Amino acid sequence: MKKYLLYMVQVHLNFRKAELESLADLYNLSIDFSQYDVDSPFFVVELENDQQARDWIKRSILTRGIYEYWGQGATLDELHQDIKRQSNFEQDLQEKFKHSTFKFEFECYKGNSKANRIKQIETFRYLDFEGKIDMKHPQEVFTVVEEYTPVSENIGGKIPTRIFFGRQIQMSDRSAMEKYDLKKRPYKGTTSFEAELSLVSANIAQVKPGTVMYDPFAGTGSFLVAGGHYGSLVVGSDIDGRMIRGKGAQVNISANFKKYDESSQFLDVLTMDFTHNALRSSLEIDTILCDPPYGIRESIKVLGAKDPERFAGKEDLEIDGEKAYLRRDYIPTKKPYALDSLLDDLLQYSSERLPINGRLAFWMPTANDANIETIVPMHENLELKYNCVQEFNKWSRRLLVYINRGDTFNGPSNHGLKRSKDDFRERYFNNFN
Amino acid sequence: MKFLTTNFLKCPIKACDTSNDNFPLQFDGGKCQLVQDESIEFNPEFLLNIIDRVDWDALLKVAGELGNVNLPPKKPTFPCTVPQLTDVGMAVLNDLHIMLLQTSITEGEMKCRNCGHIYYIKNGIPNLLLPPHLV
Repeated sequence: MKKYLLYMVQVHLNFRKAELESLADLYNLSIDFSQYDVDSPFFVVELENDQQARDWIKRSILTRGIYEYWGQGATLDELHQDIKRQSNFEQDLQEKFKHSTFKFEFECYKGNSKANRIKQIETFRYLDFEGKIDMKHPQEVFTVVEEYTPVSENIGGKIPTRIFFGRQIQMSDRSAMEKYDLKKRPYKGTTSFEAELSLVSANIAQVKPGTVMYDPFAGTGSFLVAGGHYGSLVVGSDIDGRMIRGKGAQVNISANFKKYDESSQFLDVLTMDFTHNALRSSLEIDTILCDPPYGIRESIKVLGAKDPERFAGKEDLEIDGEKAYLRRDYIPTKKPYALDSLLDDLLQYSSERLPINGRLAFWMPTANDANIETIVPMHENLELKYNCVQEFNKWSRRLLVYINRGDTFNGPSNHGLKRSKDDFRERYFNNFN
Repeated sequence: MKFLTTNFLKCPIKACDTSNDNFPLQFDGGKCQLVQDESIEFNPEFLLNIIDRVDWDALLKVAGELGNVNLPPKKPTFPCTVPQLTDVGMAVLNDLHIMLLQTSITEGEMKCRNCGHIYYIKNGIPNLLLPPHLV
């Protein structure tokens, strides 16, 4: 086993460990999280080899990178002493890279030093590297990672309080946030989900290359894009055809995939009521990832007549000798549906369609009232693995992640129970006052 | 709607689930407009995984309805990984890529072989919504 330094971001802390655990599980890595500290961006961890480190971090969003650990200290001098003290310093660390081309980099957390960096790099002279310095394409990047104690929330520190040194193994996938930034996306809407947490959701849901991911409430396709990024064949559906159609050939979901050069990952979006599903039951769906409608920006609807008496006999209506309901321009009526029922349906569908150990992940908003308990929907075949909360001022939303454990799991179920308050929408627009 | 999707769609009417004729939906070749998007990249590794999910008999049926009668009668067997693919295997896979992922139906109709309900494809998007008396 070898030591590695994981440098993480200090945001979305309720999601960070879930992402790291899910990615470790995806690559069959057993990682000891006992030293993991939610308050720190640093996690010194043991892995078998560099390949494990690369696998683990290459698609992570909530970390920056992972480094082969060479040492740490409160000052540069202490760091040097610590590096020389490492038992594997000479044969494993120093000797191996003696002739590699290299460069040095500095990473600063919550501060910035005005020290002369060249002079600081020269203090590493004892490493005795004989390879050439190459700033553009070095074989190895050695990184000094400095932690500062900030003066205040907005003013960083000037002198680092802890310094790590390591060899860069793998930078994270955080740059994908830039690529999928909603500001630069051709087709988006009010319900589009931001890039960072949609990618994190896809990681926690363990979307895998060459598998099928389904979003039953696709809207403008935010989660389809995230799933496509991780190499899945993605298919979406939505009862609202206008949403998935977009605004012409250049401004629709397909255009988004074209822009990202991932058209081969995008199967289709279907105008379909999730509860009247047309995906054949023998089709394996590996992952279900979605943000169901909560009746805030869009009301919850399914097929059917709100007032069946009004529609009695309408099936016999003919236009130009053709049954009206079989015509190309026919628009079927929809009726309101309860959120609890929709989520019950989603869990039931997932339990039927996901493979064993396949994941369902979806978002659920809740009001932040201290006196109201949030009841998470449960299904007897599904293990609730994560419940990651993102807090806003007066409301919050959570990513619920379930693993299909099959018929023998016998977990708790609250199917059919009334769990949610009816007035979330109204209270959302009244700012929860 | 990509050709591959025809292999995934059944009639959404619940009463048809008891029938074996609710999948695949029947395509009227004369009413379907097909286009090919050559810019969709061939990714053999990805496609090998996806071919596993294809119901070959259904594919033959729909391909025939849409005018392609050149498919092998049985699903070709491929090795698990790309480096093991022969040149012939790679060519077959590429043909499947052109058909399944590059070809799509922009306008057309599909019909349930059991109940006869018609579903339309408009601007490349299939509409699987149902009238109230069928839900």
